[in-house]
Amino acid sequence: MLRRTLSALGGKVLVVAEMHGGKVAPATLAAVTAGLKVGPVSALVAGKDAAATAAVLAKVKGVEHVLVAEGEHYAKGLPEEYAPLIASVVKDGYTHVFAGTSAFGKNVIPRAAARADAMPITDVTEVKDEATFVRLMYAGNVVSTVKTSDPVKYATIRGTSFERAPLEGGSAQTKEVAATKAAGTSTWIEDTIASTDRPDLQTAANVIVGGRGLKNAENFKILNDLAEPLKAAVGATRAVVDAGYCPNDMQIGQTGKTVAPNFYLGCGVSGAIQHVAGMKDSKVIAVINNDADAPFFQVADYGLVEDLFVAVPKLTAMVKK
Amino acid sequence: MFQRTLPSLFLATSPAWMKVMVGVKRVVDYTVKVRVKGNKVQSEGLKMSVNPFDEIAIEEAIQLKEKKLADEVIAVTIGNKKAEEVLRTAMALGCDKAIHIVTPDGEAEGLEPLAVAKIFQKLHEEMKPDMWILGKQAVDGDLGTTPQLLAGLLDIPQGTFASKLEVNDGKVRVTREIDAGHQIVELQLPCVIAADLRLNTPRFPKLPNIMKARKKPIDARDVSSLGVDVKPRLAREAVMEPPPRKAGIKVKSVEELYDKLHNEAKVI
Repeated sequence: MLRRTLSALGGKVLVVAEMHGGKVAPATLAAVTAGLKVGPVSALVAGKDAAATAAVLAKVKGVEHVLVAEGEHYAKGLPEEYAPLIASVVKDGYTHVFAGTSAFGKNVIPRAAARADAMPITDVTEVKDEATFVRLMYAGNVVSTVKTSDPVKYATIRGTSFERAPLEGGSAQTKEVAATKAAGTSTWIEDTIASTDRPDLQTAANVIVGGRGLKNAENFKILNDLAEPLKAAVGATRAVVDAGYCPNDMQIGQTGKTVAPNFYLGCGVSGAIQHVAGMKDSKVIAVINNDADAPFFQVADYGLVEDLFVAVPKLTAMVKK
Repeated sequence: MFQRTLPSLFLATSPAWMKVMVGVKRVVDYTVKVRVKGNKVQSEGLKMSVNPFDEIAIEEAIQLKEKKLADEVIAVTIGNKKAEEVLRTAMALGCDKAIHIVTPDGEAEGLEPLAVAKIFQKLHEEMKPDMWILGKQAVDGDLGTTPQLLAGLLDIPQGTFASKLEVNDGKVRVTREIDAGHQIVELQLPCVIAADLRLNTPRFPKLPNIMKARKKPIDARDVSSLGVDVKPRLAREAVMEPPPRKAGIKVKSVEELYDKLHNEAKVI
Protein backbone atom coordinates (compact mmCIF):
# COMPACT_ATOMS: atom_id res chain seq x y z
CA MET A 1 0.00 0.00 0.00
CA LEU A 2 2.71 2.40 1.02
CA ARG A 3 4.75 1.47 -1.98
CA ARG A 4 1.80 2.15 -4.20
CA THR A 5 1.28 5.61 -2.78
CA LEU A 6 4.93 6.47 -3.11
CA SER A 7 5.15 5.43 -6.72
CA ALA A 8 1.68 6.70 -7.59
CA LEU A 9 2.06 8.65 -10.76
CA GLY A 10 -0.93 9.99 -12.58
CA GLY A 11 -0.83 7.86 -15.66
CA LYS A 12 -1.25 4.34 -16.93
CA VAL A 13 0.90 3.73 -19.95
CA LEU A 14 0.50 1.38 -22.87
CA VAL A 15 3.67 0.85 -24.90
CA VAL A 16 3.00 -0.65 -28.31
CA ALA A 17 5.97 -2.98 -28.69
CA GLU A 18 7.90 -3.49 -31.88
CA MET A 19 9.63 -6.86 -32.15
CA HIS A 20 11.94 -8.14 -34.85
CA GLY A 21 12.89 -11.81 -34.95
CA GLY A 22 12.10 -12.24 -31.26
CA LYS A 23 14.10 -9.16 -30.23
CA VAL A 24 12.68 -5.97 -28.77
CA ALA A 25 13.36 -2.91 -30.95
CA PRO A 26 15.63 -0.39 -29.16
CA ALA A 27 13.07 2.40 -29.65
CA THR A 28 10.50 0.31 -27.74
CA LEU A 29 12.91 0.09 -24.79
CA ALA A 30 13.30 3.88 -24.88
CA ALA A 31 9.50 4.20 -24.93
CA VAL A 32 9.32 2.06 -21.76
CA THR A 33 11.73 4.45 -20.02
CA ALA A 34 9.69 7.45 -21.17
CA GLY A 35 6.51 5.72 -20.03
CA LEU A 36 7.82 5.12 -16.52
CA LYS A 37 8.02 8.89 -16.06
CA VAL A 38 4.22 9.10 -16.04
CA GLY A 39 3.03 5.81 -14.61
CA PRO A 40 3.15 2.02 -14.63
CA VAL A 41 3.89 0.55 -18.05
CA SER A 42 2.12 -2.24 -19.89
CA ALA A 43 3.53 -3.48 -23.17
CA LEU A 44 1.31 -4.68 -25.99
CA VAL A 45 2.58 -7.34 -28.34
CA ALA A 46 0.57 -8.73 -31.20
CA GLY A 47 1.16 -11.18 -33.97
CA LYS A 48 1.44 -14.81 -34.78
CA ASP A 49 2.99 -16.75 -31.87
CA ALA A 50 2.94 -13.53 -29.85
CA ALA A 51 3.10 -15.53 -26.63
CA ALA A 52 6.70 -16.50 -27.36
CA THR A 53 7.83 -12.91 -27.95
CA ALA A 54 5.83 -11.82 -24.90
CA ALA A 55 8.20 -13.83 -22.71
CA VAL A 56 11.08 -11.65 -23.94
CA LEU A 57 9.13 -8.47 -23.15
CA ALA A 58 8.14 -9.77 -19.72
CA LYS A 59 11.82 -9.67 -18.66
CA VAL A 60 12.27 -6.02 -19.66
CA LYS A 61 12.83 -4.02 -16.51
CA GLY A 62 9.98 -1.66 -15.72
CA VAL A 63 7.26 -3.48 -17.63
CA GLU A 64 4.45 -4.44 -15.27
CA HIS A 65 2.11 -6.23 -17.65
CA VAL A 66 2.54 -7.72 -21.07
CA LEU A 67 -0.65 -7.82 -23.09
CA VAL A 68 -0.69 -10.44 -25.80
CA ALA A 69 -2.95 -10.47 -28.83
CA GLU A 70 -2.63 -13.54 -31.02
CA GLY A 71 -3.48 -13.13 -34.67
CA GLU A 72 -1.78 -13.65 -37.97
CA HIS A 73 -3.19 -10.34 -39.22
CA TYR A 74 -0.92 -8.48 -36.78
CA ALA A 75 2.22 -10.25 -37.97
CA LYS A 76 3.52 -7.51 -40.26
CA GLY A 77 2.63 -4.51 -38.13
CA LEU A 78 -0.02 -3.24 -40.53
CA PRO A 79 -1.58 -0.07 -39.07
CA GLU A 80 -5.03 -1.00 -40.40
CA GLU A 81 -4.95 -4.00 -38.05
CA TYR A 82 -3.07 -2.46 -35.13
CA ALA A 83 -5.18 0.69 -34.74
CA PRO A 84 -8.42 -1.15 -33.84
CA LEU A 85 -6.48 -3.39 -31.44
CA ILE A 86 -4.97 -0.38 -29.66
CA ALA A 87 -8.40 1.26 -29.52
CA SER A 88 -9.89 -1.81 -27.82
CA VAL A 89 -7.01 -2.19 -25.33
CA VAL A 90 -6.93 1.53 -24.38
CA LYS A 91 -10.49 1.24 -23.00
CA ASP A 92 -8.94 -0.51 -20.02
CA GLY A 93 -8.12 2.85 -18.46
CA TYR A 94 -4.88 3.77 -20.21
CA THR A 95 -3.96 7.45 -20.22
CA HIS A 96 -0.89 7.24 -22.48
CA VAL A 97 -0.12 5.25 -25.61
CA PHE A 98 3.57 5.31 -26.55
CA ALA A 99 5.69 3.67 -29.22
CA GLY A 100 9.21 4.28 -30.40
CA THR A 101 9.78 6.75 -33.24
CA SER A 102 10.38 4.25 -36.02
CA ALA A 103 8.74 3.45 -39.33
CA PHE A 104 6.35 1.23 -37.32
CA GLY A 105 5.58 3.72 -34.54
CA LYS A 106 5.16 6.65 -36.92
CA ASN A 107 2.77 4.58 -39.02
CA VAL A 108 0.61 3.15 -36.25
CA ILE A 109 0.37 5.73 -33.44
CA PRO A 110 -1.26 8.60 -35.42
CA ARG A 111 -3.81 6.23 -36.95
CA ALA A 112 -4.71 4.90 -33.50
CA ALA A 113 -4.92 8.51 -32.24
CA ALA A 114 -7.37 9.42 -35.01
CA ARG A 115 -9.78 6.77 -33.75
CA ALA A 116 -9.64 8.35 -30.30
CA ASP A 117 -9.94 11.94 -31.61
CA ALA A 118 -6.53 12.75 -30.17
CA MET A 119 -3.68 14.83 -31.60
CA PRO A 120 -0.56 12.63 -31.55
CA ILE A 121 2.79 14.05 -30.44
CA THR A 122 5.64 12.58 -32.44
CA ASP A 123 9.33 12.13 -31.75
CA VAL A 124 9.22 13.24 -28.13
CA THR A 125 12.65 14.05 -26.70
CA GLU A 126 11.63 14.79 -23.11
CA VAL A 127 8.67 14.04 -20.85
CA LYS A 128 8.12 17.00 -18.50
CA ASP A 129 5.00 15.70 -16.80
CA GLU A 130 2.02 13.57 -17.69
CA ALA A 131 0.68 16.12 -20.19
CA THR A 132 3.77 18.13 -21.15
CA PHE A 133 6.23 16.97 -23.78
CA VAL A 134 9.24 18.39 -25.59
CA ARG A 135 9.91 17.83 -29.28
CA LEU A 136 11.89 19.38 -32.10
CA MET A 137 10.62 21.26 -35.14
CA TYR A 138 12.13 22.88 -38.22
CA ALA A 139 14.76 20.19 -38.69
CA GLY A 140 15.85 20.40 -35.07
CA ASN A 141 16.29 24.19 -35.07
CA VAL A 142 13.37 24.84 -32.73
CA VAL A 143 12.69 23.11 -29.42
CA SER A 144 9.00 23.16 -28.61
CA THR A 145 7.29 22.32 -25.32
CA VAL A 146 3.65 21.39 -25.72
CA LYS A 147 0.92 20.60 -23.23
CA THR A 148 -1.82 18.37 -24.51
CA SER A 149 -5.46 18.60 -23.48
CA ASP A 150 -6.34 15.16 -24.87
CA PRO A 151 -7.57 12.70 -22.23
CA VAL A 152 -5.47 9.90 -23.73
CA LYS A 153 -2.04 11.00 -24.94
CA TYR A 154 -0.64 9.33 -28.04
CA ALA A 155 3.07 9.82 -28.66
CA THR A 156 6.11 8.38 -30.36
CA ILE A 157 9.35 8.53 -28.40
CA ARG A 158 12.73 9.42 -29.90
CA GLY A 159 14.89 6.39 -29.24
CA THR A 160 18.12 8.35 -28.86
CA SER A 161 16.71 10.72 -26.21
CA PHE A 162 15.91 8.15 -23.52
CA GLU A 163 17.95 5.39 -21.94
CA ARG A 164 16.90 1.96 -23.09
CA ALA A 165 15.14 -0.10 -20.43
CA PRO A 166 17.34 -3.12 -19.52
CA LEU A 167 16.36 -6.40 -21.17
CA GLU A 168 16.70 -8.24 -17.86
CA GLY A 169 15.43 -7.70 -14.36
CA GLY A 170 11.72 -7.47 -15.02
CA SER A 171 9.03 -9.97 -14.18
CA ALA A 172 5.88 -8.78 -15.85
CA GLN A 173 2.61 -10.61 -15.72
CA THR A 174 1.37 -11.77 -19.07
CA LYS A 175 -2.27 -11.29 -19.93
CA GLU A 176 -4.03 -12.30 -23.09
CA VAL A 177 -6.22 -9.71 -24.77
CA ALA A 178 -8.93 -10.39 -27.31
CA ALA A 179 -7.81 -10.02 -30.90
CA THR A 180 -9.78 -7.65 -33.09
CA LYS A 181 -11.33 -8.80 -36.35
CA ALA A 182 -9.06 -8.49 -39.38
CA ALA A 183 -9.78 -5.28 -41.31
CA GLY A 184 -8.43 -6.83 -44.50
CA THR A 185 -8.14 -3.54 -46.43
CA SER A 186 -4.40 -3.90 -46.80
CA THR A 187 -2.22 -6.89 -47.54
CA TRP A 188 1.44 -7.38 -46.79
CA ILE A 189 3.32 -8.57 -49.88
CA GLU A 190 7.00 -8.64 -48.99
CA ASP A 191 9.88 -7.07 -47.08
CA THR A 192 13.23 -6.41 -48.72
CA ILE A 193 15.70 -6.08 -45.90
CA ALA A 194 19.17 -4.78 -46.62
CA SER A 195 21.51 -7.22 -44.94
CA THR A 196 24.69 -6.04 -43.31
CA ASP A 197 27.11 -7.44 -40.77
CA ARG A 198 27.72 -3.93 -39.42
CA PRO A 199 26.13 -2.82 -36.13
CA ASP A 200 22.67 -1.28 -36.41
CA LEU A 201 22.90 2.42 -37.33
CA GLN A 202 20.49 3.64 -34.68
CA THR A 203 22.07 1.81 -31.79
CA ALA A 204 25.77 1.79 -32.69
CA ALA A 205 28.20 3.51 -30.32
CA ASN A 206 30.26 4.75 -33.27
CA VAL A 207 28.95 5.99 -36.59
CA ILE A 208 30.92 6.90 -39.69
CA VAL A 209 29.07 8.84 -42.34
CA GLY A 210 29.92 9.42 -45.97
CA GLY A 211 28.74 12.45 -47.90
CA ARG A 212 28.95 13.70 -51.45
CA GLY A 213 32.72 13.94 -51.08
CA LEU A 214 32.94 10.15 -51.41
CA LYS A 215 32.26 10.62 -55.15
CA ASN A 216 31.09 7.04 -55.87
CA ALA A 217 29.79 3.84 -54.33
CA GLU A 218 33.14 1.99 -54.47
CA ASN A 219 34.80 4.64 -52.33
CA PHE A 220 32.59 3.70 -49.41
CA LYS A 221 35.06 0.88 -48.96
CA ILE A 222 37.49 3.21 -47.22
CA LEU A 223 34.78 4.04 -44.68
CA ASN A 224 34.00 0.35 -44.19
CA ASP A 225 37.70 -0.30 -43.60
CA LEU A 226 37.73 2.25 -40.78
CA ALA A 227 34.35 1.08 -39.45
CA GLU A 228 35.64 -2.48 -39.03
CA PRO A 229 38.18 -1.89 -36.23
CA LEU A 230 35.96 0.77 -34.62
CA LYS A 231 32.93 -1.56 -34.70
CA ALA A 232 31.09 1.38 -36.21
CA ALA A 233 27.96 1.55 -38.30
CA VAL A 234 28.20 3.34 -41.65
CA GLY A 235 25.64 5.96 -42.57
CA ALA A 236 25.12 8.38 -45.43
CA THR A 237 23.72 11.75 -46.37
CA ARG A 238 20.73 12.22 -48.63
CA ALA A 239 22.96 13.27 -51.53
CA VAL A 240 24.75 9.94 -51.72
CA VAL A 241 21.58 7.91 -51.26
CA ASP A 242 19.94 9.87 -54.08
CA ALA A 243 23.01 9.28 -56.20
CA GLY A 244 22.55 5.55 -55.62
CA TYR A 245 25.85 4.99 -53.76
CA CYS A 246 24.06 3.33 -50.86
CA PRO A 247 20.59 2.13 -49.86
CA ASN A 248 18.05 4.51 -48.35
CA ASP A 249 18.10 2.80 -44.97
CA MET A 250 21.56 4.31 -44.42
CA GLN A 251 20.29 7.88 -44.62
CA ILE A 252 20.71 10.06 -41.55
CA GLY A 253 18.82 13.32 -41.20
CA GLN A 254 15.49 15.08 -40.82
CA THR A 255 13.84 12.63 -43.21
CA GLY A 256 16.07 9.65 -42.53
CA LYS A 257 17.23 8.19 -39.25
CA THR A 258 18.19 10.01 -36.09
CA VAL A 259 21.39 8.89 -34.46
CA ALA A 260 23.11 10.00 -31.27
CA PRO A 261 26.21 7.82 -31.01
CA ASN A 262 29.10 8.31 -28.67
CA PHE A 263 31.30 9.16 -31.64
CA TYR A 264 30.24 10.47 -35.04
CA LEU A 265 32.72 10.93 -37.86
CA GLY A 266 31.60 12.70 -41.02
CA CYS A 267 33.70 12.24 -44.15
CA GLY A 268 33.03 14.50 -47.08
CA VAL A 269 29.84 15.72 -45.40
CA SER A 270 29.04 19.43 -45.82
CA GLY A 271 26.61 19.62 -42.90
CA ALA A 272 23.32 20.75 -44.46
CA ILE A 273 20.70 21.52 -41.79
CA GLN A 274 18.64 18.49 -42.83
CA HIS A 275 21.57 16.18 -42.13
CA VAL A 276 22.61 17.89 -38.90
CA ALA A 277 19.00 17.41 -37.65
CA GLY A 278 19.65 13.69 -37.55
CA MET A 279 23.00 13.61 -35.72
CA LYS A 280 23.68 16.73 -33.68
CA ASP A 281 22.98 15.00 -30.37
CA SER A 282 26.04 12.82 -30.94
CA LYS A 283 28.46 13.11 -28.01
CA VAL A 284 31.68 13.67 -29.95
CA ILE A 285 31.56 14.91 -33.52
CA ALA A 286 34.53 14.89 -35.87
CA VAL A 287 34.61 15.86 -39.51
CA ILE A 288 37.07 15.42 -42.34
CA ASN A 289 36.40 17.63 -45.35
CA ASN A 290 38.63 19.37 -47.86
CA ASP A 291 36.31 22.38 -47.96
CA ALA A 292 37.30 24.60 -45.03
CA ASP A 293 34.06 26.58 -45.41
CA ALA A 294 31.75 23.57 -44.98
CA PRO A 295 29.12 24.47 -42.36
CA PHE A 296 29.83 21.17 -40.61
CA PHE A 297 32.99 22.62 -39.09
CA GLN A 298 30.74 24.80 -36.90
CA VAL A 299 29.05 21.72 -35.44
CA ALA A 300 32.12 19.51 -35.07
CA ASP A 301 34.20 19.17 -31.94
CA TYR A 302 37.18 18.27 -34.09
CA GLY A 303 37.56 19.30 -37.68
CA LEU A 304 40.27 18.37 -40.13
CA VAL A 305 40.57 20.17 -43.46
CA GLU A 306 42.09 17.54 -45.67
CA ASP A 307 41.31 15.27 -48.59
CA LEU A 308 39.35 12.39 -47.11
CA PHE A 309 40.96 9.96 -49.55
CA VAL A 310 44.29 10.69 -47.88
CA ALA A 311 43.13 11.24 -44.31
CA VAL A 312 40.71 8.33 -43.82
CA PRO A 313 43.13 5.50 -44.81
CA LYS A 314 45.79 7.14 -42.64
CA LEU A 315 43.40 7.26 -39.70
CA THR A 316 42.45 3.63 -40.33
CA ALA A 317 46.10 2.59 -40.17
CA MET A 318 46.56 4.44 -36.87
CA VAL A 319 43.42 2.93 -35.33
CA LYS A 320 44.57 -0.56 -36.30
CA LYS A 321 47.91 -0.11 -34.62
CA MET B 1 -14.61 -13.08 -80.78
CA PHE B 2 -15.49 -9.52 -81.65
CA GLN B 3 -18.39 -9.58 -79.24
CA ARG B 4 -16.13 -10.80 -76.49
CA THR B 5 -13.52 -8.11 -76.81
CA LEU B 6 -15.86 -5.15 -76.89
CA PRO B 7 -17.37 -5.37 -73.41
CA SER B 8 -14.05 -6.31 -71.87
CA LEU B 9 -12.57 -3.20 -73.41
CA PHE B 10 -15.09 -1.08 -71.56
CA LEU B 11 -14.47 -2.98 -68.38
CA ALA B 12 -10.75 -2.55 -68.70
CA THR B 13 -10.86 1.20 -69.12
CA SER B 14 -13.75 2.56 -67.12
CA PRO B 15 -12.81 1.63 -63.54
CA ALA B 16 -9.21 2.68 -64.02
CA TRP B 17 -9.91 6.41 -63.89
CA MET B 18 -9.24 7.80 -60.49
CA LYS B 19 -9.91 11.08 -58.83
CA VAL B 20 -6.84 12.07 -56.86
CA MET B 21 -6.63 14.74 -54.20
CA VAL B 22 -3.31 16.23 -53.16
CA GLY B 23 -2.66 18.12 -49.95
CA VAL B 24 -0.25 21.03 -50.26
CA LYS B 25 1.24 23.16 -47.49
CA ARG B 26 3.02 26.49 -47.65
CA VAL B 27 6.04 26.35 -45.37
CA VAL B 28 9.23 28.26 -44.65
CA ASP B 29 11.62 27.22 -47.41
CA TYR B 30 13.64 24.20 -46.36
CA THR B 31 16.96 25.97 -46.99
CA VAL B 32 16.16 28.78 -44.54
CA LYS B 33 17.11 28.49 -40.90
CA VAL B 34 14.37 29.91 -38.69
CA ARG B 35 14.99 31.94 -35.56
CA VAL B 36 13.10 32.05 -32.32
CA LYS B 37 12.34 35.38 -30.68
CA GLY B 38 10.00 36.27 -27.84
CA ASN B 39 8.87 32.67 -27.49
CA LYS B 40 7.71 32.63 -31.13
CA VAL B 41 9.07 31.16 -34.32
CA GLN B 42 10.03 34.08 -36.56
CA SER B 43 8.70 33.30 -40.00
CA GLU B 44 7.75 36.86 -41.07
CA GLY B 45 9.50 37.90 -44.22
CA LEU B 46 11.19 34.55 -44.76
CA LYS B 47 11.15 32.80 -48.10
CA MET B 48 8.14 30.49 -48.30
CA SER B 49 7.67 27.50 -50.59
CA VAL B 50 5.63 24.41 -51.23
CA ASN B 51 6.57 21.78 -48.62
CA PRO B 52 9.14 19.59 -50.45
CA PHE B 53 7.24 16.35 -49.76
CA ASP B 54 4.07 17.92 -51.17
CA GLU B 55 5.93 18.72 -54.41
CA ILE B 56 6.61 14.99 -54.64
CA ALA B 57 2.93 14.25 -53.92
CA ILE B 58 1.85 16.65 -56.71
CA GLU B 59 4.34 15.08 -59.14
CA GLU B 60 3.06 11.58 -58.39
CA ALA B 61 -0.55 12.64 -58.93
CA ILE B 62 0.35 14.24 -62.27
CA GLN B 63 2.24 11.13 -63.32
CA LEU B 64 -0.87 9.04 -62.56
CA LYS B 65 -2.76 11.37 -64.88
CA GLU B 66 -0.13 11.04 -67.59
CA LYS B 67 -0.31 7.26 -67.27
CA LYS B 68 -4.09 7.59 -67.78
CA LEU B 69 -4.77 6.15 -64.37
CA ALA B 70 -6.20 9.37 -62.98
CA ASP B 71 -8.51 11.75 -64.80
CA GLU B 72 -8.71 14.49 -62.25
CA VAL B 73 -6.21 15.88 -59.78
CA ILE B 74 -7.41 18.35 -57.18
CA ALA B 75 -4.96 20.29 -55.03
CA VAL B 76 -6.05 21.39 -51.56
CA THR B 77 -4.40 23.74 -49.13
CA ILE B 78 -5.38 25.10 -45.74
CA GLY B 79 -3.84 28.38 -44.78
CA ASN B 80 -4.07 32.15 -44.81
CA LYS B 81 -4.64 34.26 -47.94
CA LYS B 82 -1.02 33.89 -49.04
CA ALA B 83 -1.31 30.10 -49.17
CA GLU B 84 -3.08 30.63 -52.51
CA GLU B 85 0.33 30.80 -54.17
CA VAL B 86 1.05 27.11 -53.48
CA LEU B 87 -2.19 26.24 -55.28
CA ARG B 88 -1.11 28.34 -58.29
CA THR B 89 2.13 26.32 -58.33
CA ALA B 90 0.17 23.06 -58.08
CA MET B 91 -2.02 24.09 -61.03
CA ALA B 92 0.96 25.25 -63.07
CA LEU B 93 2.37 21.77 -62.55
CA GLY B 94 -0.78 20.13 -63.89
CA CYS B 95 -3.40 19.92 -61.15
CA ASP B 96 -6.87 20.44 -62.63
CA LYS B 97 -8.59 22.19 -59.76
CA ALA B 98 -7.72 23.77 -56.46
CA ILE B 99 -9.51 24.21 -53.17
CA HIS B 100 -8.31 26.77 -50.65
CA ILE B 101 -9.57 26.50 -47.09
CA VAL B 102 -8.85 30.01 -45.86
CA THR B 103 -7.72 30.45 -42.26
CA PRO B 104 -6.97 33.64 -40.35
CA ASP B 105 -3.32 34.70 -39.97
CA GLY B 106 -1.81 33.16 -36.90
CA GLU B 107 0.62 30.49 -35.77
CA ALA B 108 3.48 29.95 -38.16
CA GLU B 109 2.73 26.27 -38.76
CA GLY B 110 -1.01 26.73 -39.22
CA LEU B 111 -3.66 24.32 -38.02
CA GLU B 112 -2.71 21.13 -36.20
CA PRO B 113 -2.67 17.95 -38.29
CA LEU B 114 -5.79 16.62 -36.54
CA ALA B 115 -7.77 19.70 -37.65
CA VAL B 116 -6.29 19.43 -41.16
CA ALA B 117 -7.24 15.75 -41.34
CA LYS B 118 -10.80 16.54 -40.21
CA ILE B 119 -11.13 19.20 -42.92
CA PHE B 120 -9.80 16.73 -45.50
CA GLN B 121 -12.31 14.19 -44.17
CA LYS B 122 -15.13 16.67 -44.93
CA LEU B 123 -13.75 17.22 -48.41
CA HIS B 124 -13.45 13.48 -48.90
CA GLU B 125 -17.12 13.00 -48.13
CA GLU B 126 -18.00 15.75 -50.59
CA MET B 127 -15.61 14.95 -53.47
CA LYS B 128 -15.25 11.17 -53.01
CA PRO B 129 -11.71 10.82 -54.35
CA ASP B 130 -10.14 7.40 -54.91
CA MET B 131 -6.78 8.42 -53.56
CA TRP B 132 -5.22 11.08 -51.39
CA ILE B 133 -1.55 11.77 -51.87
CA LEU B 134 0.06 13.85 -49.13
CA GLY B 135 3.67 14.51 -48.20
CA LYS B 136 5.01 12.30 -45.41
CA GLN B 137 5.73 15.33 -43.23
CA ALA B 138 5.82 19.10 -43.37
CA VAL B 139 9.31 20.45 -42.80
CA ASP B 140 8.11 23.12 -40.35
CA GLY B 141 6.24 21.14 -37.70
CA ASP B 142 8.01 17.85 -38.53
CA LEU B 143 5.04 16.00 -37.02
CA GLY B 144 4.41 13.60 -39.90
CA THR B 145 0.90 12.67 -38.81
CA THR B 146 -1.67 14.14 -41.24
CA PRO B 147 -1.80 11.19 -43.70
CA GLN B 148 -2.20 8.60 -40.94
CA LEU B 149 -4.79 10.74 -39.14
CA LEU B 150 -6.81 11.18 -42.35
CA ALA B 151 -6.66 7.45 -43.14
CA GLY B 152 -7.67 6.67 -39.55
CA LEU B 153 -10.60 9.10 -39.56
CA LEU B 154 -11.87 7.72 -42.88
CA ASP B 155 -10.97 4.14 -41.86
CA ILE B 156 -9.34 3.52 -45.22
CA PRO B 157 -5.88 1.97 -45.75
CA GLN B 158 -2.68 4.03 -45.65
CA GLY B 159 0.55 3.72 -47.61
CA THR B 160 3.05 5.81 -45.69
CA PHE B 161 6.69 6.60 -46.63
CA ALA B 162 5.89 5.55 -50.19
CA SER B 163 8.77 5.27 -52.64
CA LYS B 164 6.83 3.54 -55.45
CA LEU B 165 3.19 3.24 -56.49
CA GLU B 166 1.65 0.75 -58.90
CA VAL B 167 -2.07 0.96 -59.56
CA ASN B 168 -3.77 -2.18 -60.82
CA ASP B 169 -7.36 -3.42 -60.84
CA GLY B 170 -8.59 -1.05 -58.18
CA LYS B 171 -5.67 -1.78 -55.89
CA VAL B 172 -2.45 0.06 -55.18
CA ARG B 173 0.81 -1.67 -54.59
CA VAL B 174 2.94 0.61 -52.43
CA THR B 175 6.64 0.19 -51.79
CA ARG B 176 7.34 1.71 -48.39
CA GLU B 177 10.64 2.86 -46.93
CA ILE B 178 11.02 1.13 -43.56
CA ASP B 179 13.89 1.13 -41.05
CA ALA B 180 15.70 -1.87 -42.45
CA GLY B 181 14.89 -1.60 -46.16
CA HIS B 182 11.64 -1.73 -48.10
CA GLN B 183 8.20 -3.18 -47.59
CA ILE B 184 5.55 -3.77 -50.22
CA VAL B 185 1.88 -3.64 -49.27
CA GLU B 186 -1.24 -3.76 -51.38
CA LEU B 187 -4.06 -1.39 -50.50
CA GLN B 188 -7.69 -1.26 -51.50
CA LEU B 189 -9.04 1.98 -52.90
CA PRO B 190 -9.80 4.51 -51.65
CA CYS B 191 -6.60 5.02 -49.71
CA VAL B 192 -4.18 7.63 -48.40
CA ILE B 193 -0.60 7.74 -49.65
CA ALA B 194 2.21 9.61 -47.87
CA ALA B 195 5.03 10.47 -50.27
CA ASP B 196 8.62 9.87 -49.25
CA LEU B 197 11.66 11.56 -50.80
CA ARG B 198 12.42 8.87 -53.33
CA LEU B 199 8.95 8.48 -54.81
CA ASN B 200 9.93 10.71 -57.75
CA THR B 201 11.78 13.85 -58.82
CA PRO B 202 9.35 16.76 -59.03
CA ARG B 203 9.35 18.77 -62.26
CA PHE B 204 9.53 22.54 -62.47
CA PRO B 205 6.53 24.52 -63.66
CA LYS B 206 6.89 25.94 -67.18
CA LEU B 207 6.38 29.67 -67.69
CA PRO B 208 3.34 29.40 -70.02
CA ASN B 209 1.74 27.02 -67.52
CA ILE B 210 2.40 29.47 -64.69
CA MET B 211 0.59 32.14 -66.74
CA LYS B 212 -2.33 29.82 -67.45
CA ALA B 213 -2.53 28.74 -63.82
CA ARG B 214 -3.06 32.35 -62.80
CA LYS B 215 -6.37 32.40 -64.62
CA LYS B 216 -7.71 29.12 -63.25
CA PRO B 217 -10.36 29.61 -60.58
CA ILE B 218 -9.71 28.54 -57.00
CA ASP B 219 -12.57 27.27 -54.88
CA ALA B 220 -11.92 29.35 -51.77
CA ARG B 221 -13.90 28.62 -48.63
CA ASP B 222 -13.66 30.06 -45.19
CA VAL B 223 -12.58 27.50 -42.61
CA SER B 224 -15.47 28.46 -40.35
CA SER B 225 -17.96 27.39 -43.03
CA LEU B 226 -16.95 23.73 -42.70
CA GLY B 227 -18.15 23.15 -39.18
CA VAL B 228 -14.90 21.49 -38.11
CA ASP B 229 -13.52 22.03 -34.64
CA VAL B 230 -10.04 23.39 -35.33
CA LYS B 231 -9.17 24.37 -31.77
CA PRO B 232 -5.59 23.26 -31.05
CA ARG B 233 -5.13 20.33 -28.68
CA LEU B 234 -1.52 21.12 -27.99
CA ALA B 235 -0.84 24.35 -26.14
CA ARG B 236 2.55 25.86 -26.87
CA GLU B 237 4.19 26.22 -23.49
CA ALA B 238 7.49 27.39 -24.92
CA VAL B 239 9.57 27.51 -28.07
CA MET B 240 13.31 27.89 -27.85
CA GLU B 241 16.40 27.52 -29.93
CA PRO B 242 18.38 24.43 -29.03
CA PRO B 243 21.43 25.08 -26.84
CA PRO B 244 24.44 25.76 -29.10
CA ARG B 245 27.23 23.21 -29.08
CA LYS B 246 30.48 24.21 -27.51
CA ALA B 247 32.75 25.56 -30.23
CA GLY B 248 35.04 22.92 -31.63
CA ILE B 249 38.60 23.11 -32.81
CA LYS B 250 40.32 22.58 -36.11
CA VAL B 251 43.19 20.17 -36.08
CA LYS B 252 46.06 20.39 -38.53
CA SER B 253 46.83 16.78 -39.31
CA VAL B 254 45.50 13.25 -39.18
CA GLU B 255 48.02 12.56 -36.40
CA GLU B 256 46.58 15.39 -34.32
CA LEU B 257 43.01 14.23 -35.05
CA TYR B 258 43.88 10.71 -33.92
CA ASP B 259 45.59 12.04 -30.82
CA LYS B 260 42.57 14.18 -29.85
CA LEU B 261 40.08 11.40 -30.50
CA HIS B 262 42.21 8.85 -28.71
CA ASN B 263 43.57 10.77 -25.72
CA GLU B 264 41.19 13.70 -25.23
CA ALA B 265 37.77 12.48 -26.34
CA LYS B 266 38.71 8.81 -25.76
CA VAL B 267 36.42 7.59 -28.52
CA ILE B 268 38.87 5.59 -30.62
